[in-house]
Amino acid sequence: MAMLEVRNLNVYFGVIRAIKDVSFDVEKGEVVTLIGANGAGKTTTLHTITGLLSSESGTITLNGKDITKTPAHKIVSMGMAHVPEGRRVFASLSVYDNLLMGAYTRKDKAEISHSLELVYSKFPRLEERKKQIAGTLSGGEQQMLAMGRALMSNPDILLMDEPSMGLSPLYVEEIFNIIKEIKKSGITVLLVEQNANMALQIADRAYVLETGSITMQGKASDLMNDEGVRKAYLGA
Amino acid sequence: MKFLSQLISGISLGSIYSLIALGYTMVYGIAKMLNFAHGDVIMVGAFVVYTMCVTLNLSPILGVLIAIAFCTVLGMVIERLAYKPLRQATSLAVLITAIGVSYFLQNTALLIFGSDTKKFTSVVSISSVSLADGQLIISGETIVTIIVSVVIMVALSLFVNKSKPGKAMRAVSEDKGAAQLMGINVNAMIALTFAIGSGLAAIAGALLCSAYPALSPYTGAMPGIKAFVAAVFGGIGSIPGAMIGGILLGVIENLSKGYISSQLSDAIVFAVLIIVLLVRPTGILGKKINEKV
Repeated sequence: MAMLEVRNLNVYFGVIRAIKDVSFDVEKGEVVTLIGANGAGKTTTLHTITGLLSSESGTITLNGKDITKTPAHKIVSMGMAHVPEGRRVFASLSVYDNLLMGAYTRKDKAEISHSLELVYSKFPRLEERKKQIAGTLSGGEQQMLAMGRALMSNPDILLMDEPSMGLSPLYVEEIFNIIKEIKKSGITVLLVEQNANMALQIADRAYVLETGSITMQGKASDLMNDEGVRKAYLGA
Repeated sequence: MKFLSQLISGISLGSIYSLIALGYTMVYGIAKMLNFAHGDVIMVGAFVVYTMCVTLNLSPILGVLIAIAFCTVLGMVIERLAYKPLRQATSLAVLITAIGVSYFLQNTALLIFGSDTKKFTSVVSISSVSLADGQLIISGETIVTIIVSVVIMVALSLFVNKSKPGKAMRAVSEDKGAAQLMGINVNAMIALTFAIGSGLAAIAGALLCSAYPALSPYTGAMPGIKAFVAAVFGGIGSIPGAMIGGILLGVIENLSKGYISSQLSDAIVFAVLIIVLLVRPTGILGKKINEKV
């Protein structure tokens, strides 16, 4: 049984069917990436998994539990954290308070401060700026904060939506290095990216989403050498 | 001395506006709606105090505590029954519903208590203080109102800025989706906000009717509108803004009553609002809203 299983998912925006019979798996310890063009339905898929959107039909199971109808605020304590597209840090809260919000559902103070140390060791910049108001951070720092905030829930699986969007090449490099570290620490990752090149380099497996349907799937290394994928997504 | 006396009673009236404005601004901040029934919750609070203290002869403190509890529950019930089903509806539908709730509360009070104005007995038993050889007299109501308001505002600021539910509330008002991803129950936070706002309205009702002891089903309407103006004045959605806006409004109102004309005072208050909004469209402490692309 895979950690995350999506089966025949259909999502509508009004009369438009945005996600069409999408099925995929994420096994424990893997990095799986969903790649595809703008508007292919990548973000919609992630939002439906974490309950920010509801599906018309299909099932989503996490560690064998059906979470298709679970409200969004109950997902994080089941071990799944979501780093949303556009970072969406709480701009008026301090960096430290943002991180604490990530641990909102956890009760054990000692465990929370242990997670905080882990996050600070991964992102030393956040510790330097812990008192700063999050809205005044640079885009790259906000992305780190959004990732750190998600890690504060001590997740088994992390959903990441376009973590490299709008960042300078230096930060993109850094963010992807951190995703590798996150994988090493045993956290499963489902990564949505427009930067297919980078995503395929760090992923174990990949799915290609085109206008709401999965059109290809396989090992990331195989997809990277596929002529069609190279033409459509890797600019080669 | 006249100026000082006008100023002090202006601050006192203004702190009542602030208490009411806090309810408007917190609800707007978190639910992005204008709860026009908020003013009538003040009236309900005052009627509960009246029933407890005058009809049932309970002690004023007990009466006020019961009123706070009653209005807190009332606020949550209103939110649950009238506003929660409209979470996805247009803001116009919510606004009309709020006006409907306002009329519902007024007419329910009319049905139970009748339309005649009741004489409210002050919940304050402190006697007035005479300063500067009797030239400056400050009433017990004024003193209690200012002290109670300051304590509440400090407590509320600490709650919102330092406590975990307070921070969660701010997180929800900023980004509901992201807050849900943190595990924050947005509906529970909205209910909590209505509870706090309505509890404050009950206190405001008791203080208002102690200072101006006439109580009718329409008592809450005008202070409600003025407190809404105060919230806009200070920058709607901003908690310190509501506090400053309320106090400024009370002072401007009282000074214009004292020095210009008591008939024109409301017109002056609204004229000042228009000028402030022309210069600073987001209010004194309002946040600039950046449209996301």
